[in-house]
Amino acid sequence: MPGKAPWKMAVGATAIALLAAGCGGGGSDDASSTSNTVVIGIGEPQHLIPSNSTESNGSEVLSSLFYPLVDFDAQNKPVPVAAESITPNADNSVWTVKLKSGFTFSNGEPVTSDNYINAWNYGAYGPNAQEGAYFFEKIKGFGDLQSEDPDKDGPKKAPEPKAKTLTGLKKVDDTTFEITLDGPFSGWESVMGYTAFYPLPKAAWKSEGVLADGFEDAIIGNGPFKMKGKWEHDSQIVVEKNPSFKGTVPKVDGITWKIYQDQQAEYADLVAGNVDVQTTIPIESLSKASADLGDRFKKSPNSGFGFIGFPQYLPEYKDLRVRQAISMAINRQEIMDQIFLGSRTPATSFVSPVVAGYRENTCGDNCKYDPVKAKQLYTEANGPKELKITYNADGGHKAWIDATCNQIKATLGVNCVGVGEPKFSDMLTKAKAHENIGLIRLAWLMDYPLMENYLGPLYSTTGSSNYYGYSNPTFDNLVKAGVVAKTSEEAIAKWQAAEDILAKELPVAPIYTQQNVFGYSTKVNNVTVDLFQKVDLYKIEVVG
Amino acid sequence: MFRYIVRRLLQMVLTFFGATFLVYALIFANQNDPIQALAGERPITESQRLALTQRYHLDEGFFMQYWYYIKGLLTGDFGTSLTGRKIGDMMVDAWPVTARLALIAIVIAAVFSVTFGVYSAIRRGGLFDNLSLVVTLVLLAMPIVVIAPLFQLIFGIQLGWFPPTATRDATFWQLLLPAIVLACIVIAPEMRVTRTSVVENLRADYVRTARAKGLTRMRVIWVHVLRNSLIPVITLIGVDLGSLLAGAIVTEHVFNIPGVGFNLARAINTEDGPLVVGFVSILVILFLFINLLVDLLYAALDPRIRYE
Repeated sequence: MPGKAPWKMAVGATAIALLAAGCGGGGSDDASSTSNTVVIGIGEPQHLIPSNSTESNGSEVLSSLFYPLVDFDAQNKPVPVAAESITPNADNSVWTVKLKSGFTFSNGEPVTSDNYINAWNYGAYGPNAQEGAYFFEKIKGFGDLQSEDPDKDGPKKAPEPKAKTLTGLKKVDDTTFEITLDGPFSGWESVMGYTAFYPLPKAAWKSEGVLADGFEDAIIGNGPFKMKGKWEHDSQIVVEKNPSFKGTVPKVDGITWKIYQDQQAEYADLVAGNVDVQTTIPIESLSKASADLGDRFKKSPNSGFGFIGFPQYLPEYKDLRVRQAISMAINRQEIMDQIFLGSRTPATSFVSPVVAGYRENTCGDNCKYDPVKAKQLYTEANGPKELKITYNADGGHKAWIDATCNQIKATLGVNCVGVGEPKFSDMLTKAKAHENIGLIRLAWLMDYPLMENYLGPLYSTTGSSNYYGYSNPTFDNLVKAGVVAKTSEEAIAKWQAAEDILAKELPVAPIYTQQNVFGYSTKVNNVTVDLFQKVDLYKIEVVG
Repeated sequence: MFRYIVRRLLQMVLTFFGATFLVYALIFANQNDPIQALAGERPITESQRLALTQRYHLDEGFFMQYWYYIKGLLTGDFGTSLTGRKIGDMMVDAWPVTARLALIAIVIAAVFSVTFGVYSAIRRGGLFDNLSLVVTLVLLAMPIVVIAPLFQLIFGIQLGWFPPTATRDATFWQLLLPAIVLACIVIAPEMRVTRTSVVENLRADYVRTARAKGLTRMRVIWVHVLRNSLIPVITLIGVDLGSLLAGAIVTEHVFNIPGVGFNLARAINTEDGPLVVGFVSILVILFLFINLLVDLLYAALDPRIRYE
């Protein structure tokens, strides 16, 4: 029967296909449910080289692999951890770091001053294009490690920078080194708590200043855990206890950093018990989180601060009364309750509550919902009839921007529309070109817990995130005076004075401060999430 | 037959280069500031911008950039993604899981649509036929962005029948739910086409002849009628591969499968030209081969068709 042959083939092929599909994978499910290890969900890190890792996913993984020079206590004051001592000179411009002796990398290499100096030089060197390069800006000689494009955007290659190493880093002996800053900075110790300041072992280098191929995928650190196998991109990173680690020993024996592309998928796994900790529960799942997780659904402060900027290059916002009216027209509490379901809190100051020197309600009446006064001010100032707020559509901001616009519309009686640019970069391009994009939605996460980390980047004339062009020389000088101040109290006084100027001039309307909304499975206990959205790996433990 | 295949393969080369060129041009036109797109909301320093721009030739014209890309491609190098990973490695990571997912989905869709299609054709106008009409209409009306999270919620979380997410080395069991979701988008048209085609053929002369010869009813339907009815269905399955891979973008996102769809979505989001083109090129090749295979299958199904 010739007619039969294709059928047999088809059935056979189907069977083989199903078999192949079914048997292709599997077998990777190790018995993690019985051992003393936890699974923590993250997104795919962009990089795992410390100086190149500025987003929370990468720095969270690195925090398990590295032991920082300083950590922060409950008051956000720096505490030496891998360092024995960190001492400044009289004017806080030269800092001497003495390392604890006996520490090793997980490959057995002792941790020495050179490991820090080489890693930092690599991070600061312009052509390496490290994301965290700006952390080294304050160290002497940083400028010589950068090169400038001879023909902006042209095809000509930029020349090599003048120097390859920072003149401000000096080795004293194997466990001591000196950092010379460009000028005095009393808060430098806090800065060194960041991911970019981790050391790298000798094994990291192919030659001087060149990373070995594949080092990033199997990175070696000086921390409580070491990588087991390699970074399985988009899938997971498994770390296990480093037996030779001399510092504070965590209570768990290992962590699987499970990588999710989507927070809702992660939440599904959290409820199903496939992941133990989710540090950020997405807003779509918040309404059912209490019911799903009970008291395993928690909140804790983090450094996120969201606001709406008034572009100074647009004439319609020049009048202070217009800015005040818009800020007063927004009912922040209602947005927090209705849109964010209580996961964020209304902002009433220009810095986040998590930094030392924060004072409540510095914004005063300007951030208080007052429809009558808002309307009155707006009419007096003859504010624009059309308002728009530009936001990036890929960040989940549409709901609250639209709500804000509706409130403004209702209060001021003018038209207000939310305009979504596809991506943050599209919005920036337009802002930088001084196009009329109306008000701008922006937010800030701190790098180190100092008021200066909000005031400097956000409001000073040359601030890296000052996209609305606010500029006030008195303010700039006060921020700088705080930086060079002898003590942190003195610094805070200067910075608070600077913040008072913001309250008067209102370059932005503060809207919300963020919180960590996290959840964990029944398998784990003692879960805390810190200001940097990281799980405290030294406290978390497995139940039973 | 042999000459036909060679001719088709040569056409593929042209189609392939045309497609990569088009995709590259589209991505290039859409490219605004990939460096900022990659950094998200974090500020970028001037020297970092400078170094990355030169590393990825972002300051050069379209044709130069395309030339660098093709030059790499011809030497077997898919280039480097903007995150610094080798695109070749990313493909090796991503393709197997998507291939398995798509394969399971195709098999599920084909088995279900053909069986149910034939059954409702035999019992035309019966309860099953009408019921399946309603079900397929509902499936057709639901986009995959609805089906995927809905199935995950119902079968993955609330009923707990299936694991709610899968990984790269997913088992058959983990991939089953996402595959069913994927199959849902193609099952309805495939089933309707099978039904119509079988209904038509049931009235054909050869069926009457076969019956008159005294063949069993089962044999007439499942061998004689089905074989002749499958040609439009096979064509449809070949074309549906495209919908499956498009659907994979959503499905892989919802079920956390780090496959092709996920990589494509990420690449488009970060304006990562080489990454998009890399994955799309392979998709194009695959699509071309499947369609060649479909054309060759016609000959197996219908002896009247000959390729010269």
